[in-house]
Amino acid sequence: MEEFIQYLISILNLGSIYALLALGLVVVFGQLGFLNFAHGDLMTLFGYALLFQIGWGLPFWIAVVIAIMFAGGCAVMMERVAFRPLRGRSPMTLLITSFAISGALHVVFQVAISPRSKPIPIPEFLSGYITMGDLFISRAQIFTIIVAFTSLILLRIFLARSRLGICLRASASDFDVARTMGIQANRVIAMAFFLSGVLAGMAALLWISQRGAVHPALGLTPMIKALIAAIIGGLSNPKGALYGGFLLGGLEATLLQILPDNLVVFRDAIVLLLLIVFLVYRPNGIISSNPEPMR
Amino acid sequence: MLKVSDIHVSYGPVAAVKGISFDVKKGELVTIIGANGAGKTTTLNALMGLVPVSSGSMLLKGEDLSKIPVEGRITRGLSFSPEGRRVFKSLSVLDNLRAGGNILSKLKADERIHDMMEQFPLLRERSHQDAGTLSGGEQQMLAIARALMSQPSCVILDEPSLGLAPKIVSQVFEIIRDLRETGVTILLVEQNIKKSLAIADRAYVMELGKIVKSGNAKELAEDQSIQDSYLAAGS
Ligand SMILES: Nc1ncnc2c1ncn2[C@@H]1O[C@H](COP(=O)(O)OP(=O)(O)OP(=O)(O)O)[C@@H](O)[C@H]1O
Ligand SMILES: [Mg+2]
Repeated sequence: MEEFIQYLISILNLGSIYALLALGLVVVFGQLGFLNFAHGDLMTLFGYALLFQIGWGLPFWIAVVIAIMFAGGCAVMMERVAFRPLRGRSPMTLLITSFAISGALHVVFQVAISPRSKPIPIPEFLSGYITMGDLFISRAQIFTIIVAFTSLILLRIFLARSRLGICLRASASDFDVARTMGIQANRVIAMAFFLSGVLAGMAALLWISQRGAVHPALGLTPMIKALIAAIIGGLSNPKGALYGGFLLGGLEATLLQILPDNLVVFRDAIVLLLLIVFLVYRPNGIISSNPEPMR
Repeated sequence: MLKVSDIHVSYGPVAAVKGISFDVKKGELVTIIGANGAGKTTTLNALMGLVPVSSGSMLLKGEDLSKIPVEGRITRGLSFSPEGRRVFKSLSVLDNLRAGGNILSKLKADERIHDMMEQFPLLRERSHQDAGTLSGGEQQMLAIARALMSQPSCVILDEPSLGLAPKIVSQVFEIIRDLRETGVTILLVEQNIKKSLAIADRAYVMELGKIVKSGNAKELAEDQSIQDSYLAAGS
């Protein structure tokens, strides 16, 4: 029983982070039709913003809020500087540009800050375990699950109810037609990037609170996981990103449980293999926007 | 209301619209008819700013459309129902209407949604359903209602009868006729030539990127060459 609860919590924990990241990718994909490879670097930017603010003596939680806004701002800047001039080019061009941004940011982090990992002091409240009978649950994991679910619910309300949310979904559904209705292309795209940056910042907070350090490639691994989750989910709508994120979290947690210790190193390889098999059978992901079957 | 003079549009090396001119006066229902690939959709997309024109001018109430961004047309009273309906499939019927009325105040938008549901009762029944789950005819009604949300003074409709059952086609044409009665200026592109000539004031016939004929709709319906090339098959 204890083991099962532990297992469930690790699924929700991993799934929450992947889902937040995958959502960020999908929100931008909906507007511009490409996966922003520099999404993970927004996490790293959050990490450094947090590191510096704590260094300057700001209280942790204030620094967190500012760093999340900073990540959102950086995403908006990224769009302004790099993607807007390429508006109307093929999604492939945008994808390759995002590789370039990511590569450039890595170099900047390494040269301007440090190639090595920097510790971030995590407050007492987030470290250690809660014990319930025989059960030890990491506080950071509980925190992750609560924060992620709250943000997912808020995001859902925003997208479903607010005028801006409806405009975002409309223009993700048909960009040109939405424009003819007066939905400003520049505004919704900026909004999508801001949201994706905020989501990356939230994910980074959760990621870092379990690891206590930031380094130039911090965002790389989670971003690749998020790409997988987004692709599994189908890229076409936020629900897919959620399913994809939790499915991937479930898969990883399960592999961790069932694989013998000497095979655990192959976990990611097995996940990727399963992804390939999955895509052969469902090339459009779990939730396909294309009502016609592909074959 | 609308005045188009000698516009040219090309897709790369392919010239799709080769210097056409037409106008639509206030309160008129004007139709552009023609076979597949004549360049009708291209002309409308050019009017909406969705494809660039290489030369010529387009005026909306005397204002140069080339200087107005795509998003600015609706605030000047010009609204659009595109070819193939293109409703927002993953959004509910209600949210489609809200998107259509996104430039209105919340109060005004709710009022318009109410009006649209009165006018299209089937949309009320389906208001919380995703638009993608509607039938073709229902999607077309939604596309028209969505275009009317902003209370436009001029509506552009691209093949609203495309792919619909004959009974629904008649309904769509009735809606367009009623709309015109309310004083809205309408530019209608159609392949159902008989029915569109029957409700229109004036018509332009397009062939291979050019306007080959124009005039009073009743007279064109009687015109021998039109009868021979478009109406003979009994469409
Ligand atoms: N995106 C595009 N790229 C290249 N060529 C295009 C494009 N869209 C249209 N064309 C070409 O431009 C010409 C006019 O097409 P258009 O869609 O305007 O015709 P239409 O009169 O609306 O036809 P239909 O009645 O079939 O809708 C056609 O030869 C078509 O092949
Ligand atoms: Mg057409």
